[in-house]
Amino acid sequence: MKLDEIQKRLLLEVADLHSVPEGAYNIRSNSEAAGRRSTANIEITSKTDVSGIDVRIKPGTKNESVHIPVVLTQTGLKEVVYNDFYIGEDCDVVIVAGCGIDNCGNQDAEHDGIHRFFVGKNARVKYVEKHYGSGSGTGKRILNPGTEVYQEEGSTVEMEMVQIKGVDDTVRTTMAKLAAGAKLIVRERLMTHGSQRAVSTYAVELDGKDSSADVVSRSVARENSYQKFDAKIIGNAPCHGHTECDSIIMENGRILAVPGLEANDIDATLVHEAAIGKIAGDQIIKLMTLGLTEAEAEEQIINGFLR
Amino acid sequence: MLEMKNVSFTVSVDGTDKHIIKNVDLTIPDGRLVVITGPNGGGKSTVARLITGIERVTEGRIIYNGADITDMSVSERAKLGIAFAFQQPVRFKGLNVLDLIRLASGRRLNVADSCEYLSAVGLCARDYIDREVNSSLSGGELKRIEIATVLARGAALSIFDEPEAGIDLWSFKNLIDVFERMRRTAADRSIVIISHQERILSIADEIIVLKDGKIERRGSRDEVFPELLRSPDVTQPCVRQ
Repeated sequence: MKLDEIQKRLLLEVADLHSVPEGAYNIRSNSEAAGRRSTANIEITSKTDVSGIDVRIKPGTKNESVHIPVVLTQTGLKEVVYNDFYIGEDCDVVIVAGCGIDNCGNQDAEHDGIHRFFVGKNARVKYVEKHYGSGSGTGKRILNPGTEVYQEEGSTVEMEMVQIKGVDDTVRTTMAKLAAGAKLIVRERLMTHGSQRAVSTYAVELDGKDSSADVVSRSVARENSYQKFDAKIIGNAPCHGHTECDSIIMENGRILAVPGLEANDIDATLVHEAAIGKIAGDQIIKLMTLGLTEAEAEEQIINGFLR
Repeated sequence: MLEMKNVSFTVSVDGTDKHIIKNVDLTIPDGRLVVITGPNGGGKSTVARLITGIERVTEGRIIYNGADITDMSVSERAKLGIAFAFQQPVRFKGLNVLDLIRLASGRRLNVADSCEYLSAVGLCARDYIDREVNSSLSGGELKRIEIATVLARGAALSIFDEPEAGIDLWSFKNLIDVFERMRRTAADRSIVIISHQERILSIADEIIVLKDGKIERRGSRDEVFPELLRSPDVTQPCVRQ
């Protein structure tokens, strides 16, 4: 597998990878496969009709991981990739995705990753997705991830989505359908700056008895950036749903939070919380009494908030 | 040594000036435990906020170890060695107890080191270092963590604004022990406590009584304390100002 220094740096940012990961992996670099490994329980194959891969995880696979990072360093490159994950019953696995774009040119670079997860009965999946952009070119760095999650009875999916730096434009669309007893936990961390724009839309359908979803977004909009968080939970059965949008705005940052709850069953319990505001003045003052400057205090507060 | 020289603090309320502090002169000598007391609304917390720089004086000067700090920011004063425990501790989403103790100490403390400060306020470090300093902590827990951050600073001048308010199951005695230990282990450091509490007044070297924005009385504990015990408007329990 050959990667240059920029590609290695991107891999480190999005997947904490210094070199080839343990377990199964598929590394995609500038639309080409830069490396792949299947294991006894995890099989990765290329799709034949469209660009992308199928990842099949055998039932009962425990404590294994799949890394599927993507790096883009070619200006003007636009790609749409379809990755499907078939996770067998009773699995307990970690999937690490992520995309890093370094755009030094004057044309936009765009990666649209469409991920579908078919999660078998009683399986547990932890999914980590990090997005990162760098490069001094005028071309935009654009990431539009689409995620679909289909959870069978008793399964648990925990998703951690992080986009802290350098992505100019994002439209993130996540939908999930949960069967009885299934549980979805989403933790989103987002920071935008400059004139970036980020839209995150969730539609979670709780179809089965005692299914539950907890979708929490913490975000910071700085400078002239704009964010929209649109989280909808639909309760079609006795279920529990909770969404929370907790945001800090700075300078001219703007945020629109759109609560959406739809209860179609008398025993559906759905809660939405949203709070947007600047950093509380007393938090800054407290840290200043510890000897931090105002700028250092802000940095500490934001780092903690987005942790 | 800290000196306030002819300090006044005035705020404008609905277009009319309200004089919160009026021509106050006071000195906090090194190595002394000074308790500022007095009726609610008398200006005690304001004095603390003026010393720390959270509020700025309208008139007068504040001198610390010979340097005029009147125009210095909160962080500059903190760096010179002034620490402050808030009456109402601030909550943070995301920052945990260890973060705060580390920021306070200015060092990358490990768990064992931070234990020293947390156990001094009766908290087990193991149970608390990873806790977020948010509304999941009770008022009493927050208050003790607030005191621990001031201990971790090891400052030359530590100011506590009503440290006893909201201290839940943790007994007063432990709080008194904290101050006495501070005094023993760092004899040249000054401690200022704003309090109504008899037990705290009883360990003071000096007591300052502030009323209507003016110093009504100041002197050694033995001079002032007996008078206060006879004066109900001073030792009554504090209601938030």
